[in-house]
Amino acid sequence: MLRYVYASDLNDFPKLARTMFRDRADQFKTRLGWDVSVDPEGYERDEYDDLNPLYVIWEEPDGSHGGSMRFLPTTGRTMVNEHFSDLISGPIKSPLIWECTRFCLTSGAGGHVAAALMLGGGEIMQNFGVEHFVGVFDARMVRMLSHDRVVARGAGQRGRGARTDQCGTLAF
Amino acid sequence: MLSARTATKPVELILEELEKADGLEGLQTATEALCEHYKIDHVIYHWVDSAGEQYGCGTYSDTWRHRYLELNYLRIDPVIIGCFQRFHPVDWKRLDWSSKAARAFQADAISHGVGNQGFSVPIRGPNGQFALFTVNHSCDDDAWANWTDAQRRDLILIAHYFNQKALEFEPDRTPEQSRDLSPREIDAMTLLAMGYSRAQVADTLSISEHTLRVYIERARFKLGALNTTHAVARAMSLGLIVV
Repeated sequence: MLRYVYASDLNDFPKLARTMFRDRADQFKTRLGWDVSVDPEGYERDEYDDLNPLYVIWEEPDGSHGGSMRFLPTTGRTMVNEHFSDLISGPIKSPLIWECTRFCLTSGAGGHVAAALMLGGGEIMQNFGVEHFVGVFDARMVRMLSHDRVVARGAGQRGRGARTDQCGTLAF
Repeated sequence: MLSARTATKPVELILEELEKADGLEGLQTATEALCEHYKIDHVIYHWVDSAGEQYGCGTYSDTWRHRYLELNYLRIDPVIIGCFQRFHPVDWKRLDWSSKAARAFQADAISHGVGNQGFSVPIRGPNGQFALFTVNHSCDDDAWANWTDAQRRDLILIAHYFNQKALEFEPDRTPEQSRDLSPREIDAMTLLAMGYSRAQVADTLSISEHTLRVYIERARFKLGALNTTHAVARAMSLGLIVV
């Protein structure tokens, strides 16, 4: 099932949280080779996880993580503004634009998981008055997203090949 | 509500007056004007900082306001508890009113003229600052759902414009975000002011229409505007674009 959980409420879902941060380590560090830090418990967490983001998480029947993404309002601190401002000509700030980062699927997740997460993104737009999501994706993720009929449109990019970082909007 | 076709002050004008306000009275005036404009019972802006200090303005009665403080309802109010540290707008029906204390609080509120329907926009400002912008009314669920659906985005923007103004009055505030438009935003707003359609603007600037929409969105918020037309008008009156 799809869950919407703020970081401050993750304690209510210990298994889900544990497996999410481990799956993130597996996806971003092991499989994609991103320069992310993994703590001794095997969790991939960064400073933005400490800002009480909203996670949209697909929970498997056994209570473990199947896929997730992380949302923060662009009126506060965001990755796009703090690390990728060279791609977007100045900070993006609006209460109607949220940042979507750490789109993660557990290894071997079925297509329904990504589809459910897309649905979750659409629900956020519909119910929370959000007009746009912005995010940073590398080239592999852009391919994966387009497979799920999510259009990732670049506003700017840097790097080449599989290591291309694109900053752009997601249209669900 | 629902038939807002009378000659009330347009929201654009209310926001521009709010923008010029140099004290809390300006916030108060704006809540009253919004009530009148939308034909709803109450509009409230409520600030709570990380130390539990609070202040607010709005159209609740003085009696209710005093009672809220006196009985320390901040500790019980499901709207505060349910919105604190959140950033998505909340219909009051989605909050947890199940406890005895919460139900008693709600009954007390209603007996003091607070409506049964509410919609609150939480705002997380710098340094743990937290504020709520709330619209409140008495009506049935369907009418309320229709109205909030239609007004949601405007209410979110208005909420943030209130908070920006309130932050200006903080003694040791951090410098406000720049109102200057980026070169791309100036290009986009100028072409829009010249009557280009979004598709034409995107084409002229060689960017996708989605990227253009993000630029417009960002400019709209910088300009304190409600919609694109309002943003273009603001940019022109501030001399940020010349057509």
